[in-house]
Amino acid sequence: MNWTSFDTWIVVTGALICMACVLPGAFLMLNRQSMLGDGISHAVLPGLAAAFLLTNSRDLLPMLAGAVVAGVLTAAITQAVQRYGQVEGGAALGVTFCSLFALGLILIRVAADRVDLDPDCVLYGSIEIAVLDVSAVPRVTLLSAGVLAVNLLLAAVFYKELRLSAFDPALATALGFNAGAIRLGLTVVASITTVLAFESVGSILVIAMLVVPPAAASLLTRRLHVLLGLSLLFAGLSAILGHVGAITLPPLIGGWFGMGNLGATSSAAMMAVTAGGFFLLSWMIAALVRRRERIQAGRRPGLPADLQTP
Amino acid sequence: MKLPRLTLPLLLLAAVLVLFGWMFSGRESHVGHVHGPGDDHAHAGPGRPIGKSITDTGFAWPSADDFHRTFTLRDYNTRVIFAGVSVLGAAGGLVGTFLLLRKRSLLSDTVSHCTMPGIALAFIVAEAAGLSGRSLPVLLTGAVVTGVLGMLAVAAIRARTRVKDDAALAIVLSVFFGVGIALMVIVQQLPSGNVAGLSHFIYGKAASMTGSDARFILYASLVVALVCGALFKELKLLCFDGDFARAQGWPVTALDLTLMGLVVAVTVIGLQAVGLLLVVALLIIPSAAARFWSHRLGVTLLVAALVGAGSGLVGVAVSALFPRLPAGAVIVLAATACFAFSFLFGAERGLLVRMLARRAITRRVRRQHLLRALYEHCEARGDSPRGLLNRAVNLGELQAANHWSSGYLASLVRLGLTEELLLPGSGDAGLRLSARGKIAARKATRNHRLWEIYLLQYADVAPRHIHHNADEIEHVVDATIVNELEELLAARHAGLGLAVPADPETPGNPTS
Repeated sequence: MNWTSFDTWIVVTGALICMACVLPGAFLMLNRQSMLGDGISHAVLPGLAAAFLLTNSRDLLPMLAGAVVAGVLTAAITQAVQRYGQVEGGAALGVTFCSLFALGLILIRVAADRVDLDPDCVLYGSIEIAVLDVSAVPRVTLLSAGVLAVNLLLAAVFYKELRLSAFDPALATALGFNAGAIRLGLTVVASITTVLAFESVGSILVIAMLVVPPAAASLLTRRLHVLLGLSLLFAGLSAILGHVGAITLPPLIGGWFGMGNLGATSSAAMMAVTAGGFFLLSWMIAALVRRRERIQAGRRPGLPADLQTP
Repeated sequence: MKLPRLTLPLLLLAAVLVLFGWMFSGRESHVGHVHGPGDDHAHAGPGRPIGKSITDTGFAWPSADDFHRTFTLRDYNTRVIFAGVSVLGAAGGLVGTFLLLRKRSLLSDTVSHCTMPGIALAFIVAEAAGLSGRSLPVLLTGAVVTGVLGMLAVAAIRARTRVKDDAALAIVLSVFFGVGIALMVIVQQLPSGNVAGLSHFIYGKAASMTGSDARFILYASLVVALVCGALFKELKLLCFDGDFARAQGWPVTALDLTLMGLVVAVTVIGLQAVGLLLVVALLIIPSAAARFWSHRLGVTLLVAALVGAGSGLVGVAVSALFPRLPAGAVIVLAATACFAFSFLFGAERGLLVRMLARRAITRRVRRQHLLRALYEHCEARGDSPRGLLNRAVNLGELQAANHWSSGYLASLVRLGLTEELLLPGSGDAGLRLSARGKIAARKATRNHRLWEIYLLQYADVAPRHIHHNADEIEHVVDATIVNELEELLAARHAGLGLAVPADPETPGNPTS
C-alpha cells in the first residue's frame, strides 16, 4: 500500500462528510423518513440542471440553491400527494422522486450542448478527484468541515426540539413547538447536506451515511445522545476503513482470482459498504447481548415471558 | 366460474394476440434499428448513455417520414419494441398495484438498486471463466440473484431487528448499490474493458434495442402478467387481509415471496428498456395513478396496466422521433402526466371529485341548519306543526338563538336565496320561507326529530346528548332510512303521518 498525502485528505474529507450526514440522518430515521435521502438524491438533478440553465454557470451558489429548492420541493410534493391524494407515503415519495429524476435527465439531455453535467458524477461522486487540489487544504475538505460544524451546532441548539418532535410530534405541538416546522427545517438541512456532499462524494455515500450508521447505532442503544455519538463514530471509522479497503482489496482479490493487477476502486462506494459492515457487526453484538441477557435471567430462549419459570 | 376473475387475463390475452398477429404478419421487413437504413441521424442512438454526448448537435425536429415510419409501425423492429415495452408497462402496473396495496412500493426501488452488484459480478465472473461478459442471460441471472438477495436482506432486517421498514429499505439499497459501484469501477479496469454495454442497464436504451432483446422483454413481461392474472384471487386476499388468508390456511409467506419475485422479475426485465434508476417508476406510478379511479381491484389493475402500457408506447414513440431524449425518462414523465391527471380528475378519489362531494355535503348541512332553525323559530312562536310558517324571522334573534357567527348567518341566507328556499327580498327586514322552503323545512325538521326519537327510544342515548348525535347523523340519513324509522315508530305514535313530530327534547312532550 502506497499511502500519500492525497489518501490522508480523502480519508479526512470522507470522515467529515460522513459525520455531517449522520446528524440529520439520525433524526430522519427516527421520523421514519429514511428513504427521503434516496428521494432527495435523485430529485436534486432537475434542480442542478435548472440552476445551470438559468445562470449558465457552474458556480457553487446557484447550483446549491437549485438543489436545495429541488430537495425541499421533493418533501413538499410528497407531503401534498400523501395528504390530498390519500396516497401511501412510500408510493408518494416514489412518484415524486422518479418524476423529478426523469425531468432532470431530460433537462440535461435537451441542454446537453451547453451543460457539462454528468449524471454519473452525481451518482458516483469522485472524492479521489475532488481532493486533487493545489492549495494546502483542499476546498472540499474545508467545505465538509463547515457543513459538519453547522450541523453539529444545529443539532446542539435544537436538540430538545428535534428529540421531542421525533418521538412525540403531538406532544411537541401541544407544548408549543411546531413539530411540522421542525421537520421542515430538518428536511432543509438534510437537503443542503446532501447537496454539498454530492459535490465531493456522490449520492450513494450520502444515502448510506444518512441511514446506515444511525441504524447500526440504534441496535446498540436506546438513548438518543449515545445513538448520535455511536453514529458519528461509525461514520468516521467507515470513512477510514472504506478508503483503506478501496485501495487494498482489489489488488488482493485480483491476485486470488488471477485477474491481473487491479487498481483501487471507488472510495465513496467502499465507505458505504464498510458502513454496511458496521451494521452487520452491531446486529451480531445486539443479538449476542440479547441472548446473554436471556441466559442470565435464567430464561429459556424461545419461550414467551409468561411461560418462563423464574 | 365468476366473471371478474377471468375478465382480466382474458382481456390481456386478447390484446396480446392481436399484437402478435400484427407483428408477425410482416416479418420480412427491415430488422435492425428503429430508424430505417436511409436515416441520417439514426446513429445519434436514441438510448445512448447520457453524459457522453456533449458534442451532439441540437434538437432536430423529425421529418414527416420519421413520423410516418414510427406511427405506421412499418419496421418489424419498431413493432417488437412497441409491443415489448407496452407489455412491460402493463406488467409493471399489475405487479405495482399489488405492491402498493401491500404498502411496499419503495421495495421496488431497493430491488432495482440491488441488481447493480449482480450485473457487475456476473460480468467479472463470466470474464474470469473465459466467457463473454456481455451475454444477456449471464448478466440478468446476476441481477436476479442479487435482487433476490437484497429482498431477503430487507425481510431479515425487518423481522429480526427493531430497525423500521423504511430504514431497512434504505440500508439495503445503499449498501448493495455501494458494492455495485465498487465492482463497476473494477470492471472498468478489466482487460476486456469498457462498461459501455453495462451502462445501458443504468439508463436504459428502449428505442435502440435489438429485436431479440425486445422479444425477450415481450415474452417475459407476458409471463409476469399472466402469473398476476392466474394468482388474482390469492394476491387479492393477501393484499386486503393477510391475517385472514393465513387463518384460512393460505400459504401467505409463499404468496408474499411470489409477489416479491414478480417485483424482481419486472425490475430485471425493465433494466434494459428503462434502466435501473427508473424501472421503479413503472412499478410505482401507474398503480398510484390507477388508485384514483376505482375502489375495485379489478378495475384498478386494468387502469394501472393501461397507464403503464400507454406510457411505454408514448416513451418509445417520442424517443424514436427525438433520438436525443432518453426513452426511460420519457416513459416515466408520460406516466407522471397520467398520475397528475388522475390525481386531479380521478373518478373515485380524484381531488376534484372529492372537493365537489365535500362542497355538496357542506351545502346540505347548511341548508338543513337554516331550514330547521327557521322552523323551530316559527314553532316556538306558536305556529302549529301544520301551520303556515309565514312569520318574518328576525335575523338577530335567529343568530342569537343558534349561536351562529354573522358570517355563517350571511352564508346561510345567501344559500337560502340562491336555492329559492327563502322568499326573494328577505333580508335585514326578516326572513320568510318560500313555498318550497316550507316543505323542505318541515321535512328537515321531521327527519331530525325522527332520528332523535329513535336515538332516545332504541339506542339508549341520554336525552342531553341526542341533539348533538342527531345533528351529526341527520344530514347523511337517506330517504329509505327515514321510511324505516317511520314504520318503526308508527306503532307508538299513531297518526304521525307526514306531520312533524313534536320536539322530543322539550319537557312535557309525549315522547320525551
